Amino acid sequence: MSLYAMVIDTRRCVGCQDCVAACKMENGVPTGYTRDWITETVQGEFPSPWMEIRSERCNHCDNPPCVACCPTGASHTHEPGNIVLVNREKCIGCKACLAACPYNARFIHPDGYADKCTFCVHRVERGLDPACVAVCPTRCMHFGDLDDPLSEVSHLLASRPAHALTQAAGTAPRIYYLS
Amino acid sequence: MIEFTTTRHNPMIDPALHLWGWEVAVYLFLGGLVAGLMIIAGVRLLVMRPKERQALVCCTIGPLLGLVLLSLGMGALFLDLENKRHVWRLYLTFQATSPMSWGSWILLLVYPALLANALTHLPEAIPALTKRIPLLVTWSDFILARTRLVVAIGFSNLAVGAGLGIYTGVLLGTLSAHPLWNSSLLGPLFLFSGLSAAAALLHGILVLTLPDEELPNFADFLLSTLSRWSESKPLDARIAPTLAQADNSFLTIELMLLGLFLIGHLTSTEAAQQGAYLLLGGPYTAAFWVFVVGMGIATPVLLQFLELRHRIRHTLVPAVLVLLGSLSLRFVMVYAGQASHWPIVLR
Repeated sequence: MSLYAMVIDTRRCVGCQDCVAACKMENGVPTGYTRDWITETVQGEFPSPWMEIRSERCNHCDNPPCVACCPTGASHTHEPGNIVLVNREKCIGCKACLAACPYNARFIHPDGYADKCTFCVHRVERGLDPACVAVCPTRCMHFGDLDDPLSEVSHLLASRPAHALTQAAGTAPRIYYLS
Repeated sequence: MIEFTTTRHNPMIDPALHLWGWEVAVYLFLGGLVAGLMIIAGVRLLVMRPKERQALVCCTIGPLLGLVLLSLGMGALFLDLENKRHVWRLYLTFQATSPMSWGSWILLLVYPALLANALTHLPEAIPALTKRIPLLVTWSDFILARTRLVVAIGFSNLAVGAGLGIYTGVLLGTLSAHPLWNSSLLGPLFLFSGLSAAAALLHGILVLTLPDEELPNFADFLLSTLSRWSESKPLDARIAPTLAQADNSFLTIELMLLGLFLIGHLTSTEAAQQGAYLLLGGPYTAAFWVFVVGMGIATPVLLQFLELRHRIRHTLVPAVLVLLGSLSLRFVMVYAGQASHWPIVLR
């Protein structure tokens, strides 16, 4: 069984938004909406503040509350890789999944269904990286299988300190940020 | 110091989360109210002696109103759906981990349970209607001739009503992304709020049928119009004090649950504490204390206490206040909950 994850090196990310543009182009994300975005966080006090730039998206959690709360089964985990997806034909637009997501990673598509990052599953199934990873000019984004100890993402997580977002929410997110 | 900048700009998400509006608040209120009507109707049906007219308001008028109110609530929920054409998908599956899936199936059970309860004593309550539709008398006689069926209808109203009332709270309570909602007390809280609203509604209806000298002037026209329309005898108002007493009990329990809800948050994680502060010093404080606690619980408890002590006349005021307070509770919780989120912690 594979467990797809993304590892992002925040020391390399410059917030250029190439990943955002690539996602919109690849997935036909409507104008005014976004499946991934750039967040800058400045933390600490002078003289030693620090800044982190992150490319953020759905965390494809191991314990996804959006899947548990979906009344129609539209939100589901896709095998292989445990990717969290939405079946737009089953979605009634009740917004329970949007309310359940601690990352606010979902939105309602103008056609009425819940939409979000898919890890570009259509590319991954053809052996390609997600569009955002493929276009990153600083090569700060890495995609792979956490269940494979020889994969690049496993190696990076074993060799460098990393953190995920809002871990206290207990959803076991699978986007890791190298710091 | 944390400064946070994002390029995300999704509608309903940014700059402030606003997924659910008045539709969901109204649905949760009406769902709770109908749950309360069902429980009261079920209990009255189980403990009522044959031909006891005191029960009619609880066992007939309540369930009939419940059918209308639930339909209005479901209409509000339907308006909230973004993909209305797919609503039938709810009934192609059952998702055990989804409160909304539970709720959609419970709602299907509510209609037959309410209808059966209303039918049991309908000929006594609205003779004019049963004259026009004699089949209603046949059904009523069929049910009343079978004690086990009456008991089954009573228990089914009790069970489905409790399920519906708790579900309206659990729906929000399981959404852990919003720490203010994430409490198992929200289910019982909404259940007792629904019970108090239902008792207040029935009490309000009975106040309209009190003898003329005790009747509020503004109700004269409404009552005479309704009486002419239904051609029914006035309801027996002897149960009014019992309903006021019950309402005060429900309101007291609701107040205790609200206190426990806040204590639970204040002694929990930082995120839960921040959620509670939305009601204890944040932007929803005034609405919560004035409309929910002051107007919706404390004032009607006091008024009904004075009514029960025969210090003041029974009026519609406590009923109206309880109903508005119960609605306000849903509005405050729906809106404040969306403003409650996990703090950003990076390391």
